[in-house]
Amino acid sequence: MNSSLFDYNIHLADNALILAQRNAEWCAHGPILEQDIAITNISLDLIGQARNFYQYAASLKADGSDEDTLAYLRDVREYKNCLLVEQPNGDWGQTILRQFFFSSYQFLLYEQLQQSKDEQLAAIAAKALKEVTYHVRWSSEWVIRLGDGTKESHDRMLKAINEIWTYTGELFITAGYEEAAVKEGYAVDMTSLKNKWEERIKEIFTEATLPFPATTFQQSGGKTGTHSEHMGFILADLQFMQRAYPGCEW
Amino acid sequence: MSYKIRKYYYGDIPEENAGSSDFKSSQVPPSGGGGGWPLWEIFIRSKQGLDHKHVGSLHATDAAMAVENARDVYTRRQEGISIWVVESKYIHASNPDEAEELYEPANDKIYRHPTFYDLPDEVGHM
Repeated sequence: MNSSLFDYNIHLADNALILAQRNAEWCAHGPILEQDIAITNISLDLIGQARNFYQYAASLKADGSDEDTLAYLRDVREYKNCLLVEQPNGDWGQTILRQFFFSSYQFLLYEQLQQSKDEQLAAIAAKALKEVTYHVRWSSEWVIRLGDGTKESHDRMLKAINEIWTYTGELFITAGYEEAAVKEGYAVDMTSLKNKWEERIKEIFTEATLPFPATTFQQSGGKTGTHSEHMGFILADLQFMQRAYPGCEW
Repeated sequence: MSYKIRKYYYGDIPEENAGSSDFKSSQVPPSGGGGGWPLWEIFIRSKQGLDHKHVGSLHATDAAMAVENARDVYTRRQEGISIWVVESKYIHASNPDEAEELYEPANDKIYRHPTFYDLPDEVGHM
């Protein structure tokens, strides 16, 4: 089995799954009905992407694993999602900002991934790109509305930037398996897309009257299994049913 | 004491009650979204359809958000491929109490009714 291709799939799948899990925490708690539905729709889109990547990874592993065993039966250190997606939801502004940062990154990633040497990855990327295009649009407009909104919404956005900016750098630091996968032509070299991403952020921030943050220390480690303290709790929620009642069905 | 109860039919919502597009209040509007988020009526055209049908209403701060909310709420199950949004205050409706004088006079003027044609089978349902 091509282990860097497998790890790369798991990385993309975990990113989607953990953010989906975080967004789903808003279900029935959204600020207004339509936004509750919007954020949970995004959650479902992400779960769809995660399923595609997990199914492909399971077929690569070819040892009886399936999407469910990969999603529900690994422990914290085997997850390869970036740190950004496991951060707490905070208030609506922080959730929006996290979505904006992440979806802008996913957009650039999937756009390039369509040219991957691996046909499966390219196909998944093409389908996911349509969903992510909407996520980018939705979150960008909210960043503008909240940033250029009332004094309170503006202050909350500033606070959110302070909270999560330090986790955005990791998106553009390649992990070992990523480097190998890039060399083989399967993966996207995110370091080359960092400038484009920053341009997009600057563009929206300017319209939202938000300051582009100064360079600060960037956290990393999620991609290689070193997660923040939140990860254990997220997995407890996510995996409890499957671990307590293995193989349960509706 | 007697109160005059004014019912609002679809639209005809006076300016004071319509809400505005300025997002004045805090991020969480009071229930019903009356705290500054206007109500919009949503019309969706299905893939096979020719006309946009009214499917419901929702709250949004402006037209762009209304279209996105309609996409999220009313097209989840492939209901349609085109969305029209109109602020509810711009919809004016006939008064149901006046139904008698508006619509019944047409009942007995059979020379206006399109029911005397012989339709060939090829035309199908008209």
